[in-house]
Amino acid sequence: MRYLPKSPADREAMLKAIGLRSIDDLFAPIPTEYRLSRDLNIPRQMAESEIVDFFRQRSRENADGYASFLGAGAYFHYRPVIIDSLISRGEFLTAYTPYQAEISQGTLQSIFEFQTMICELTGMEVANASMYDGSTAAAEGVMMAVRLTGRRSVVVARSLHPEYREVLATYATHQGMPLTVAGFGGDGRLDLKELEKLITQETACVLVQSPNFFGTIEDVDAIAEIAHKHGAMLVVSIAEAVSLGIVEPPRQADVIAMEAQSFGVPLGFGGPYCGVIATREKYVRQMPGRLVGQTLDKQGKRGFVLTLATREQHIRREKATSNICTNQALVALMVNIFMAVYGKVGLKELAKQNLAKTAYAAGQFAKHGTVLFANSPRFNEFVVQTSEDPYAINSRLLGHKMIGGLPLKKFYPELGNAALWCCTELTPRSAIDTAVGLVAESERSVRSAKEEVEEVAR
Amino acid sequence: MAYPTDRKYTREHEWIQVNGNSGTVGITHYAQESLGDIVFVETPKVGAELTAGKTFGTVESVKAVSDLFAPASGTVTEVNADLATSPEKVNKDAHGSWMVKMTLKDPRELDALLSAADYEKFVAEEAGH
Amino acid sequence: MKHMTRKATCHVNQNEGLIFEKSSAGKAAWKLPPLDVPEVDTNKLLGASERKDLGNMPEVSEIEIIRHFTRLSTWNYAIDFGMYPLGSCTMKYNPRVNEAVARVEGIANGHPYQPEKISQGALRIMKSLSECLIEITGMDAITLQPAAGAHGEMTGLLMVRAYHQAQGNARKKILIPDSAHGTNPATAAMVSYAVENLKSDSRGMVDIASLEAQMNEDVAALMLTNPNTLGVFEQQIHKIADILHAKGGLLYMDGANMNALVGKVRPGDFGVDVMHLNLHKTFSTPHGGGGPGSGPVAIKKALEPFLPTPVLLTKADGTLGFDYNRPQSVGRVRAFYGNFGMFVRALAYIQANGPDGLRQTTEDAVLNANYIRKGLEGTYDLPYSTPTMHEVVFSDRLQAKKGVRTMDIAKRLIDYGFHPYTTAFPLIVPGALMIEPTESESKEEMDLFVEAMKSIADEVEEDPQTVLDAPHSTRVSRLDETAAARKPVLRWKPGN
Repeated sequence: MRYLPKSPADREAMLKAIGLRSIDDLFAPIPTEYRLSRDLNIPRQMAESEIVDFFRQRSRENADGYASFLGAGAYFHYRPVIIDSLISRGEFLTAYTPYQAEISQGTLQSIFEFQTMICELTGMEVANASMYDGSTAAAEGVMMAVRLTGRRSVVVARSLHPEYREVLATYATHQGMPLTVAGFGGDGRLDLKELEKLITQETACVLVQSPNFFGTIEDVDAIAEIAHKHGAMLVVSIAEAVSLGIVEPPRQADVIAMEAQSFGVPLGFGGPYCGVIATREKYVRQMPGRLVGQTLDKQGKRGFVLTLATREQHIRREKATSNICTNQALVALMVNIFMAVYGKVGLKELAKQNLAKTAYAAGQFAKHGTVLFANSPRFNEFVVQTSEDPYAINSRLLGHKMIGGLPLKKFYPELGNAALWCCTELTPRSAIDTAVGLVAESERSVRSAKEEVEEVAR
Repeated sequence: MAYPTDRKYTREHEWIQVNGNSGTVGITHYAQESLGDIVFVETPKVGAELTAGKTFGTVESVKAVSDLFAPASGTVTEVNADLATSPEKVNKDAHGSWMVKMTLKDPRELDALLSAADYEKFVAEEAGH
Repeated sequence: MKHMTRKATCHVNQNEGLIFEKSSAGKAAWKLPPLDVPEVDTNKLLGASERKDLGNMPEVSEIEIIRHFTRLSTWNYAIDFGMYPLGSCTMKYNPRVNEAVARVEGIANGHPYQPEKISQGALRIMKSLSECLIEITGMDAITLQPAAGAHGEMTGLLMVRAYHQAQGNARKKILIPDSAHGTNPATAAMVSYAVENLKSDSRGMVDIASLEAQMNEDVAALMLTNPNTLGVFEQQIHKIADILHAKGGLLYMDGANMNALVGKVRPGDFGVDVMHLNLHKTFSTPHGGGGPGSGPVAIKKALEPFLPTPVLLTKADGTLGFDYNRPQSVGRVRAFYGNFGMFVRALAYIQANGPDGLRQTTEDAVLNANYIRKGLEGTYDLPYSTPTMHEVVFSDRLQAKKGVRTMDIAKRLIDYGFHPYTTAFPLIVPGALMIEPTESESKEEMDLFVEAMKSIADEVEEDPQTVLDAPHSTRVSRLDETAAARKPVLRWKPGN
């Protein structure tokens, strides 16, 4: 087997050195009744060319070459090629967690840079080295607030990504953290009056997303005021990291739980992605996840180490801030390189292009369907309501090798025939025009069908 | 080493110096030596209720965390502010660095604690393992 | 240094500052294509939400980025350089075909919400991997959703709790051996179970008498790693499973050490009810400096109703899809379906091996660990004489007499061109040297390792200060971790 660097002669020599006759002797500790005497029933060994072929086939069965208007927590942005050139280096790809700092300075310094840039972008004072993804980061952010305030209940915005809310519910159920959901108003934002009613002296935190699931930017200032007034913390989830290029970050938040996938991480059918938690310095000891700190070596040279490790599972065990061990280091490195490539000016220009594409698309859709929450500021997503079921419209779009907006009925049935559309810098105008055209056609057919019916009825 | 005789000791390596109805609490030289460089001490707030034998805080070194166990029951009256800024003082002089001062609910609890001589013996046994 | 450099010689690695230290206004590494839609007035669209300032984000050119990260990379040790004998981490070769197939466009760019009809490729990958992992573990069903081992532990324990709740009594505690990895108790606490420690016996295995005494109807499960962190296979596993099952408890297995079992024995066959796998250990997905991982959880049928939502299924017409109608599910443990990129890599690894390759891999892993054990016996103290499988644990007891501890020996090993072994656990061996070579090491590499360890033992006798001050040959010497923890500096600031 080509990954195994031993010849039969090597194995024999080794067995002899150990003083055994056969490899079976080494498996003697396994009770006979359990030892497998047959081959595993899995596909036979494949040549590399066969493996590549298998996955190429799967790729063809997987919407290869389609234009997509999907967002909803996973965004299609351009990935600069140097990301893969650099992260594919064996020194990054095949390195371990940097517990032995002297021979991991490459990993450690890049994490330190990552932590710095996340702070700059989010307006927070400290950031960790990554969490699994945005959804678990939000749940961990909430648990941080619970630990810090000593209170147990949580108010969650309904305009937070539905799957993030599901994850929070799973984490919360067994930690005795009652969750209440605050709805959104006609402006697509968290209903502040409802929030006032739901928040109590037992509320540890309010959790909102901005831009929210609908792409609408929340009034974070107002939400923060209400939360802080009642002694609760504000945890803000950010799912579309590119928004930070042009949208003011939620500086009044106590904890920001982010998904950095938009920064150079492939869509990859849902993972691996890159969650991050950023917060104020005073909360750092309650922060989960690894942290890299700057220090000096014995000669006074600058170096970096994993620090404040006593928060973590390998030391604190059952009293740890989290059970997280493996994080998303390689993916965070992709994010790091992306942020360095675009930088101070590029991130703004990139965000502006997203804004422009979306404004154009929303404007065009509004001529035929209804674009909801039109009077609230938004980033790169918007909701379109149509007369026809969006599944039917999307079916037609598939014929043009396009994937339309995400139908929202299963998450927000009260919005009726609504779908969530996303445009990024990669969405061609021609695709937008085609999609708009199909929606226009759909509205026309429905209208004329209605007219026909009314005609007949008369 | 010779442990100061003006105080009593717990098996969890805390000491308590009694003055009338109040006690001053810290950790022993043996404790700071085992922990290594102390980086952080987590203490209760003034007014907190302590119960003898129960944990009331933690001491962190780079690689380990140890619970602090209350030598006696009572209420915290003062917390040493030095701990937040210079935890290394505990390493330099464990017996001279106090952590919390407290009122004692029941001074008789102290009878169950070790004298300096007994603690010295106890530590010698522990270290021998 | 006498025996030094058969393994490694010095090489140049360049100094490099922080990326912010090379930043200068006007440098750029990006270029966007011209807009094909009208420009917008940001202020009009966003009003007060408009961000004016991106602070100290860097501005650098492409070549500076390439040089920056290339130089940084030369400061790392990696599997591609040589052995990482880290216990229970399974630092095996990360095959490059895995990376190539993960980047095929339709796979790399699939959106998790694209219609199932045009996601059959991704779903088929998930199904194939699921089937292989179920066969390898001898279990009945699996979820691929958890993002890493600890996440899988949490998912597994959530299902344990749901199972017991459905029986009418959620129960209160989890038994965890004192040799366990730290994530085990941390996870139990997250799921609101109390942790009760289970002693190991003199041979390093679960003390059966203690288990019998501690097992009752308040115990939901025992979290077992098998082989355990000493590399010892629990020979009484049958009895352990029986004791638990007799009182309605479940046997959870931490699959971190599966590299000793694949193709030779299946946990499902020896009584395990629920277990997690670490794709980034046993199944070759890259460690990447600390992640990403993937922690699928395999279960017996009784736990099937509680699987996280959604569950992969085959529809009546033969196509694949997701089932969201799962009333007894524990819910979701993350958005979307799991670390799909890792599924691709793990499946490619399984395909490259086939049944014979996987079995040979396991045999080589166990052979290698025992070869090293034989080589170092006598030089280092072996606290347990029990036969070991894919990893072995020595202690620093002999060297401690000279004031040298396991961490010092580990740091000196760096000078010999190797990454250290695990020093931090298992907790039941004070001063542990936990060594797992994996099957990826050749006889030559292991001979160099044994030679290096023997040389260090000599140095401890003749010149302990060299070991205490190690490493001597790295870019940075030992770093002041105390200062880093007392006054944490967690980000760069201008003017630093």
